[in-house]
Order: sequence, then C-alpha cells, then structure tokens
Amino acid sequence: MALTSWGQLPASPAAEERWWDERSAPLPEVGGTLLAYGNGRSYGDVCLNGGGTLLRGRGLWHFISFDPENGRLVCEAGVLLADILDVFVPRGWFLPVTPGTRFVTVGGAIANDVHGKNHHRAGTFGRHVRRFELLRSDGSRRVCSLTENAEWFAATIGGLGLTGLMTWAEIELRRIAGSGVAVENRRFTGIDEFFAINAEAEARHEYTVAWIDCLANTPRGILMAGDHAESGSLADVAKRPLSLPATPPISLVNGLTLRAFNFAYFHRPLPATAVVHYVPYFYPLDGILHWNRLYGRKGFYQYQCALPSGARDALGEILRGIAVSGQGSFLAVLKTFGEIPSPGLLSFPLPGMTLALDFSNSGSETLALFDRLDAIVGAAGGRLYPAKDARMSGRFFRGSNPRFDEFANFIDPKFSSDFWRRATA
Amino acid sequence: MQKILIVGAASAIAEAAARRWASGGNALFLVGRNAARLETIAGDVRVSGAASVGVFAMDANEVAAHPAMLQAAEKSLGGLDIALIAHGTLPDQKACERSVELTLREIGTNGLSVVALATLLGERFGKQGSGSVAVIGSVAGDRGRQSNYVYGAAKGMVGLFLQGLRNRLASKGVQVLTVKPGFVDTPMTAAFKKGALWAQPDDIAAGILRAIGKKRDVVYLPGFWRAIMTVIRHIPESVFKKMSL
Repeated sequence: MALTSWGQLPASPAAEERWWDERSAPLPEVGGTLLAYGNGRSYGDVCLNGGGTLLRGRGLWHFISFDPENGRLVCEAGVLLADILDVFVPRGWFLPVTPGTRFVTVGGAIANDVHGKNHHRAGTFGRHVRRFELLRSDGSRRVCSLTENAEWFAATIGGLGLTGLMTWAEIELRRIAGSGVAVENRRFTGIDEFFAINAEAEARHEYTVAWIDCLANTPRGILMAGDHAESGSLADVAKRPLSLPATPPISLVNGLTLRAFNFAYFHRPLPATAVVHYVPYFYPLDGILHWNRLYGRKGFYQYQCALPSGARDALGEILRGIAVSGQGSFLAVLKTFGEIPSPGLLSFPLPGMTLALDFSNSGSETLALFDRLDAIVGAAGGRLYPAKDARMSGRFFRGSNPRFDEFANFIDPKFSSDFWRRATA
Repeated sequence: MQKILIVGAASAIAEAAARRWASGGNALFLVGRNAARLETIAGDVRVSGAASVGVFAMDANEVAAHPAMLQAAEKSLGGLDIALIAHGTLPDQKACERSVELTLREIGTNGLSVVALATLLGERFGKQGSGSVAVIGSVAGDRGRQSNYVYGAAKGMVGLFLQGLRNRLASKGVQVLTVKPGFVDTPMTAAFKKGALWAQPDDIAAGILRAIGKKRDVVYLPGFWRAIMTVIRHIPESVFKKMSL
C-alpha cells in the first residue's frame, strides 16, 4: 500500500518512498522530484508526489532541547504534536496553536501554517516558530528566523514543503495550569446569531469554534468556547483511541445518516459549561483512529474556504448551496479568523471567517458543487486551504494568493508535489 | 524510578520505548553501534524527562565487549532493573541462500549475540533476585518459511533460549519477556508494501511497557498476532511445505 493522504482519494503513487531519519545527512540523489511526507494528515495532495520520491520525515522525530525558562522547544521536524503534548502537558506546557488533530508533524504544521481555535488571539502556528533549518537540494543549509534568512522563513511557513526539507524547528510552548479546558456551549440558529454570540465569546475566551448543521433549512449549530483550566491536574487521559479497522466498500456517510446525525447532535443534552480534558475538546476525531475510512473506498474531499470579514452574505450563499445540494457532512466547522498576520507568504487564513466541510466523493456531482462554491468564494475575495484541497484549479489558487509569484522564487528546483503541479498548471 | 538498559537503542521500537520510559522520569542507558546516533537519541530522552542518560557505542556482535558494557551501564544507572534487547537486522533471505558466510553472520547478529547478552543478564538478575529482561523476538520465529527462515531461525533460537532462561529464573523472581512483534512500519521494513496488518513502532513500545508491568512471559504485538500464529503453527507440515509463504 503506497503512502496516501487523509482523504484517501485516488492518486498516482510515488515511485519511491524513503525513510529520512538523519538530520545531518545530505538529501538523496534521485532522478525525479522530492517531497517530505510527514504523517499524511493533509487531506488532498500537498503531501503526495506521484512518480517522484517521498521522504518519510517521521524518521526525524527526536526532541533536541527544551528551555523551561521560556518554553522554547527545539525538535526535529518529524516530531508529532501528539509527542509534544504527551511529554509537556504533564509539565505544564501546551502548544501555542493546535489544529484539529494532534497527529501532524511539526514540519507539516509549519509547511501548512496550520491554525486553531485561538486564531483570534494567537494567529497561526507559524507565528510561534522561532527558527528552523532548511536543507536544500544544492546541499546548502540555512537557519531561518524573522531576522536571519527572513525571506526563506517567510516562504517556508505555509510553503507546502516546496522550499526544501526542514530538518528541525524551534517553537515556543505556552504555560498551562491544568490539562482541562473549561468549555461553554451555546446553540445558535442563523448566521447572524452565530456572529453575535461569537463576537461576545471571542472577547472572553481564548478558543472558539462552531459546529454547524449545514443541511438544516436555516443553518444552526453549537458554539463551543473554551479556556485552559486555571487549576486542576496535569494528568493525561489513559483512554486508548478506537480505530476503524477497515475501509467499507461504500461510504457510510450519506444524506440519511447525515440528517439523523445532525439532528441528534444539535439536540443532544448539552451542558452550558463543563470542564473537559484537552483531548476531547481539541481533538474530538482523534478518538477514532482512521475515521477517514468511514467514507468508503472512493475517499472524500474537504472543502475549506476563508472569506474576508465583510463576506457574510457569501457565507450564507455557500451554506444555502450546500443545503440545496444535499451533500456535505457532519464534520462542518465554522470559525472566525482574527487580524493577526502570519509571517508566511502563502499562509491560508485572512481576517474574516473559515468554513470547513467534508464531502463523500460522489464524483462529478461533488466536483460540480465545488465549482459553484469556488465562484462564490472567488467573488468574495476568499481562498481555499491547500492542506485540505485536492481539486481547485491552478488559476483559482494563483488568483486568490497575491504573493504567489514572490513565493515561486523560493521553491527548491528538486522539490515538487501533486498539489504544486496542479497549482501551476 | 527504574534503571533501564537498552541494547539496540537506535531501533525504532527501542527509541519509542526509551521516550516512554524517559517521560516517566526513569534512568536510561543506551547501547548501539553508532555513537552520533546515540547522542541524538540521548538528547531526545533528556528532553522527554529521563532522570539520567548514559550511552555506550558497541556492536552487539562483539561478544567480548558485553561485560564492559554491562559494567558501564550499572555504574551509570547505579544498578539495573530492566534490560531491553532490541537490536537486529532484517536479512536479505535470497542473498543468504547464496552465501553461507552471510547466513551465519545474520544468525550471529539476530541470534547468538542475543543469547550472549541474555546469558549475562540472566546471571546478573538471578543473583540480584529481581529484574526484567525483555527481548524483541519475532512472529517469524514461530515457524520457518521460505521467505525469511534465516531471520526466523535466529529469532526461533532466541525464543527457545528465553523459554529455558525463564524456567530457570522464575523461582528467583526474575521476569524473562519474549516480545513477538508482527509487521512494524520502521526503517528496517522500508522495502515492504504496507497493509492493514502493519503496526507503528510506538504501539509496539507501549505494548512492551505494559507487558513488563504485568510480568508477562510472551506477548504478541499487536495481540491479534497470537491468533494468526496459532493458526500458522497448526498447519500440518505436509501442507505447509507446499505453501508459498
């Protein structure tokens, strides 16, 4: 079985997969192109390199140093965020920013400049990266930071692994007093109510995110705000995750299961406030390993767009378009982005909001829906998240990323990906 | 705090185990061939919370070096509670079939050097009247198959040796654990196509720590391999010899 991405969509396999476990070694001499493959949690094809070589960067998984004075952790780029949490939460430290799964590598988090539920306070992951080393195919090594090789720093954060191989990185962890998260849940109906209660929640809480039912006639959902507990235990949960052991022949996610799920999820007994362990709050889906197999052998897409602040109408239009199509999934997430800029040239977030939904792969029907949504996103001045994407056109990508040309100067000539070939086609 | 020796510390499973032990605040002594690699791993376990870390560069095939290594480990750790023997190679079966020399060398690395270490450790723990020796064997040691019987023979020898050692030391309160991982996705198995039966090194490491804690004798990791190997062991030889395995 060849290395795949999280969406499990059909893709042409890499010609070669090589482990990469020595950070001081030079890059291998290969005929074709190279790309680092971390833990395969990006959904589409930014981590794939059909016909070329994938370097399995999970071999670079060592911690290098930690300074308890300032929380600065130096580690190899293949270290998982889960590894960091396992070791550092019991000592009272947490990730400055975390995406919705902890099973991504540090290198992948930087290359995709991931964001989290605290974007309105903390910005993207890239803002908390102090330095990293970039190894290029010409054998050169650069330590990059905001002050040293700053242009390489900017190109590599959100640079989709195309500027070379990151060997190690230094990130700044933040203090926590307990491993719990104090959560406040509020139901809302309609987009206006979402924005009203969200604005209130953002002012008071470090983390906010909303689940929405995109199939209801009027969009409805639950806003989940949270803050690290100010006291309590730092202990980890011992619960081992469940796993979906095999891929069913057809998708278990369809119109019927979806409506039933969404109805039950919206109406479930919901405590207004609770303290939960950080794992179920930040990583609800990490509790079921291989949940991506739910979607069957054809795989699935995720559509995640960012829209500028003024584009609430476009958001409404997108939600209506999805509701009418009857597609879409129970994993629908709505979150506002704050104003804090990322250092990265190709970083995805922009001040405004982001909507993310999974879709079973129903072939042309699904793709046609995405084209309609693209038109709305494009007209509103928004863009799509490469880490989730498997199908946007090169023209759309270039048109929605104003610093595309600037970025292209920093690509390593030996590096490429399926995504990049599409983005430049 | 436990005092733990790991031989073959650069193997993916051993590294994962080392990190787990380190984050529990234990003291570690790491043995491997490559000194630079050992420093990298030592750095990792230091950050992970190890009470102390020592390293010793040694090729496990140099049996004459074993006593000095063990002495250094005890000195660095201030005693010894657990020893994990994890070193090994995955021989090229086809190449072995053409070379007696290579076959014997692979059996030396995967079999004899382990027997040598287990002998020393068995003596040591027996005198102490406590301790755990955990050795990474393999499901391949349960039955000889044409695709990897050189490796299987070495691992099978280790399994049988440990069975006897366990029998000898049981009354002395010493645990002798044989770990039999199935397919593990590591650099050692990079050349293989991966499917649903493949496990991650950290899952195996977690299983090893559990098995040591529970004073188990033989564990298959992941556990479903026990069922698979029970079936494989019970196929009559007259049938088995014709199968393409």
